[in-house]
Amino acid sequence: MTTLLSLSAIAKRFDSGVEAIARMDLEVAEGEFLSIVGPSGCGKSTALRIAAGLIAPTSGTVAWPSGRPQIGFVFQDPTLMPWARVRENVHLPLDLQHMKKDDIDGRVARAIARVGLSGFENAYPRELSGGMRMRVSIARAIAAQPKLLLMDEPFAALDELTRQSLNDDLLKLAREDGMTVIFVTHSVYESAYLSSRVVVMSPRPGRIAADIALSPPPVRNADYRLTPQFADAAGKVSAALKGAMAA
Amino acid sequence: MRGALKYILPAALGIAMLVLWDVLVQHYQVPVFVLPGPSAIWPAFTENFASLMASLWVTLQVTWIAFAIALVGGLALAIVFAQSRTVETTFFPYAVILQVTPVISIAPLILIWVGLEHVERAAVIIALIVAFFPILSNATLGLRSVDPGLRDLFRLYGASRWQILWKLQLPGALPYILAGMKISGGLALIGAVVAEFAAGSGTATGLAWRIVEAGNRLEIAKMFAALALLSFVGIVNFYALTGLEWLLLHKWHESAIKKQD
Repeated sequence: MTTLLSLSAIAKRFDSGVEAIARMDLEVAEGEFLSIVGPSGCGKSTALRIAAGLIAPTSGTVAWPSGRPQIGFVFQDPTLMPWARVRENVHLPLDLQHMKKDDIDGRVARAIARVGLSGFENAYPRELSGGMRMRVSIARAIAAQPKLLLMDEPFAALDELTRQSLNDDLLKLAREDGMTVIFVTHSVYESAYLSSRVVVMSPRPGRIAADIALSPPPVRNADYRLTPQFADAAGKVSAALKGAMAA
Repeated sequence: MRGALKYILPAALGIAMLVLWDVLVQHYQVPVFVLPGPSAIWPAFTENFASLMASLWVTLQVTWIAFAIALVGGLALAIVFAQSRTVETTFFPYAVILQVTPVISIAPLILIWVGLEHVERAAVIIALIVAFFPILSNATLGLRSVDPGLRDLFRLYGASRWQILWKLQLPGALPYILAGMKISGGLALIGAVVAEFAAGSGTATGLAWRIVEAGNRLEIAKMFAALALLSFVGIVNFYALTGLEWLLLHKWHESAIKKQD
């Protein structure tokens, strides 16, 4: 498999003196669905932001062996512009990057349709539910057709049903577009359901405590949550997390 | 019904007060050079209609010109402040000094500098001084109050400073800027009036001057007529800006969304 992203000996200490990441080495292969799981404050969000280039590591290097791809980022909050309609929000990445390609409006409309929000193009964020706002946020991330999608606990604030339906939609989007996904979560079950690989981090200062390969069926639905295979995957992640907390 | 009452009730109160005023003044035979009733003020208004309207126009011009310069200048300086903390820390104390010094105490100086033959210029300058600060400070605050998540998003997509300003900071600052404009609109009118009062003579021709002049001649009814017009200017400015605020914010901002009560 081709390596898309390589983090070597990453460490991060904030100006406030907080040591977020002690040391992190991570290779992310193309097409992976990688979850980073860990307790609050273990530096998993920091790692994601370092990968995105939003903050610089104190030491270590971020490398893109086959060139830095187009990146989509979905934050914990939907972070939509309240003064802009759904369509304009999804349009934003294309505007900022001065995309001159044909059919930008068509791409925006398709992205909105793919997250199931056709008909809401002219709505303002305040008119939407929390789950729908998160869908807009995802539509915005995929509108620019990223090769790599970074997600920072995107569904943490949503109710369980909304969360599960968004999990399925996300898997479908990632599969259809062949996106690599790095997904930060503190939910063992969410990581076990979504991922082909789970990295478990220790409490602050974070380091990688376990690296677990999973092999879920490529197409899965709610029934998968009832299979022994899923229970086994969740068990492995859970045990690794317990080990990391104890260490 | 509820909507109509919103206008009928205050209007009814106003009419009742005017009638009561007139009745009391006539009943106690208050001299017109102390307190004229509305029935004496109205003729003073119609008799002096031409000169009052000319003065109204002068005051409106002074207020609007000063307000427009304060808006453009305040916004421009706020944008500079938002780009650089250094510039802000250097200049902001002086903006504060300009704001906290009572404008009536600077008015005589400004009148001397521009010359009593140009009272309207002094009026614009004084109105500008008082109208400038609320827009500057509100806009600066608004431009800095950017959602950090959105700022990260803009950076992720390589947005330029210009794009961040134009597509993120300015729309986000709009509620703050409009709040500042509403304060400045009222202050600009006060500034225009203060200048003419401070001048006391010379070439002043605005509504405030009509009040000074009528007061000197003990034409109290005419003073009231000019005073009513000044209030009218203030009200028009306020509601025009409130309307603008509604127009720009009602689709998305909490402050302007119709209350569901």
